[in-house]
Amino acid sequence: MAKMKGATLVDIERCKGCGLCVVACPLNVLALTTKNVNQKGYNYAETVLEDTCTGCTSCAVVCPDGCITVYRKKEE
Amino acid sequence: MKGNEAIAHAAIRCGCDGYFGYPITPQSEVLETLAAEKPWETTGMVVLQAESEVASINMVYGGAASGKRVMTSSSSPGVSLMQEGISYLAGAELPCLIVNVSRGGPGLGTIQPSQADYFQTVKGGGHGDYRLITLAPASVQEMADFVDLAFELAFRYRNPAMILSDGAIGQMMEKVVLPPFKPRRTEEELAKECPWATTGRIGMRKPNIITSLALVSEEMERVNLRLQAKYKVIQEKEVRYEEYMTDDAEYLIVAFGSAARISKKVISIAREQGIKVGLLRPITLWPFPSKRIAELGKKVKGILSLEINAGQMVEDIRLAVECKVPVKWYGRLGGIIPEPEEVVEEIRKMTL
Amino acid sequence: MTKEEIMQPENIVYRKPELLNDVPMHYCPGCSHGVVHKLVAEVIAEMGMTDKTIAISPVGCAVFAYKYIDVDWQEAAHGRAPALASAVKRLWPDRLVFTYQGDGDLACIGTGETIHALNRGENITIIFINNAIYGMTGGQMAPTTLLGMKTVTCPYGRVPELHGYPLKMADIAVGLQGTCYVTRQSVHSVAAIMKAKKAIRKAFEYSMQGKGSNLVEIVSTCNTNWRMSPDKANKWMEENMFPFYPLGDLKDNG
Repeated sequence: MAKMKGATLVDIERCKGCGLCVVACPLNVLALTTKNVNQKGYNYAETVLEDTCTGCTSCAVVCPDGCITVYRKKEE
Repeated sequence: MKGNEAIAHAAIRCGCDGYFGYPITPQSEVLETLAAEKPWETTGMVVLQAESEVASINMVYGGAASGKRVMTSSSSPGVSLMQEGISYLAGAELPCLIVNVSRGGPGLGTIQPSQADYFQTVKGGGHGDYRLITLAPASVQEMADFVDLAFELAFRYRNPAMILSDGAIGQMMEKVVLPPFKPRRTEEELAKECPWATTGRIGMRKPNIITSLALVSEEMERVNLRLQAKYKVIQEKEVRYEEYMTDDAEYLIVAFGSAARISKKVISIAREQGIKVGLLRPITLWPFPSKRIAELGKKVKGILSLEINAGQMVEDIRLAVECKVPVKWYGRLGGIIPEPEEVVEEIRKMTL
Repeated sequence: MTKEEIMQPENIVYRKPELLNDVPMHYCPGCSHGVVHKLVAEVIAEMGMTDKTIAISPVGCAVFAYKYIDVDWQEAAHGRAPALASAVKRLWPDRLVFTYQGDGDLACIGTGETIHALNRGENITIIFINNAIYGMTGGQMAPTTLLGMKTVTCPYGRVPELHGYPLKMADIAVGLQGTCYVTRQSVHSVAAIMKAKKAIRKAFEYSMQGKGSNLVEIVSTCNTNWRMSPDKANKWMEENMFPFYPLGDLKDNG
């Protein structure tokens, strides 16, 4: 079976840092920032394990604010 | 036919899309007549008996928000229940018709006729700075005629309109010429007349939103100022009244609805006794014919406000004439309609 | 494969639903409302009903739902949304008409309108967010607040002697002849969200097929007023809410 490679794009300014995506990701790809905040002052979600993502969309599905776009591509 | 029946027949004939109501004496014939006429089979008009007046007025809100010609009817205690919804309708600027065939209060009161809902109707029974276009019929014919007129005014100004009648006119039987038949608007006509209506995004236009909510004070002030500007236009353009024998009158009766009918009898008796009395009958209670009353106030020696209540409209008459002429009130309470003779006696006292 | 190669438009497998616009939602971080909004937006678009939907928002946290989902909306007085929806659906039978209400709106002040609209078999859907608390006004006791649960108006916990019992609206709806579909769902996990979406779609479809009224209860969190993190609130809900408000279809006459 071909391996799936995924990537996430977080709308940082829309993110409220609720952390539900972090919990939902089975591979710990996402984490909340510890130092940076967005304009509203939230620690936003960011990709910390870029190569690990399979594009399963769990993070985006549970995101209440629709901040996450997920890409997925079959590895050639 | 009865006044209440005339309302129902007129509604079917003037392109009304929906009626939502709850039974209450003395106006239940409106819903009963509609149920018997089955207009859903002819014009397609929806008729629904709701679970309460609260539900009725909110059904009217939903229908009006979608651009339909919708109405409800009730009597005083039921209209009290509707006040929240009426305030929302006014706030969201929705056109609709509310008929109040009023009865004596306060509380459960009596099922007999009364005009004690004047304040509630024209001063705003619900919360906030709003106004209801209010028509006061004095005959079964006017019950029929004012249905279409009320809808026309309501849609012209995007404002709820009320027919403030009473149990006497609702129950009274008179000959009536029903208005000519007018078909319900098509979807296209509705969308053209009411581009603001929540009909679904026809042609994928931008979403329409009907709300009375504006949390930011400045925004809410703008909404209120817009409403006030609209009310000013209505006050300038839509005042309606009838005058009867005012040309040579030395005394003036101001009365609406049932009280105006009695007044005509009063005038004929008084004139036989040599007292020159005339009548000004406000047809619109809001906007109130203040200007005309002020003009007549300059010509007469006294004004009598004849009301089937404890004296409500009398305040607006005094404001209109700025206390430059004596303004008295006379009326009966509890559902009793004054006899012409007792009113003549009141006028006689004014001449002394 | 580089990140740039993956992040191409043709590789998008999930994005914010098109009908959910870019206006930032006022809900607290982690609020269940957002997820349900997404589902509603997705289902309307997937059914091709964007130009034929008339939605009714309540008074409560979801009062501003009309700002976020790009369909026609009416904002109702507190509790009266089902009355509005009843009239709208009767006047516009080919439109998709639904209300979106919280527990205070639907199960307390609007109990009458809710039960009667459902019982008349109005061809509408009621989406019912039950988080067992008043969110907008600051965490007061709701009709659905669990026994023992603490809120600012039952700070020592809800006790039946003082506050009566929590109300199971979906169970009441099951017994009403007018209801076609009554279901209780949640949005605390990916699997639950998928099921909730299917339930919303089914309810919308039944309403369009004229099969009667439909109630989709979403057992939800209010992490702010529960005073927990969003993740902990989900776990608390699983442990405490689900035993009393069990998930699944309660009635399906479709």
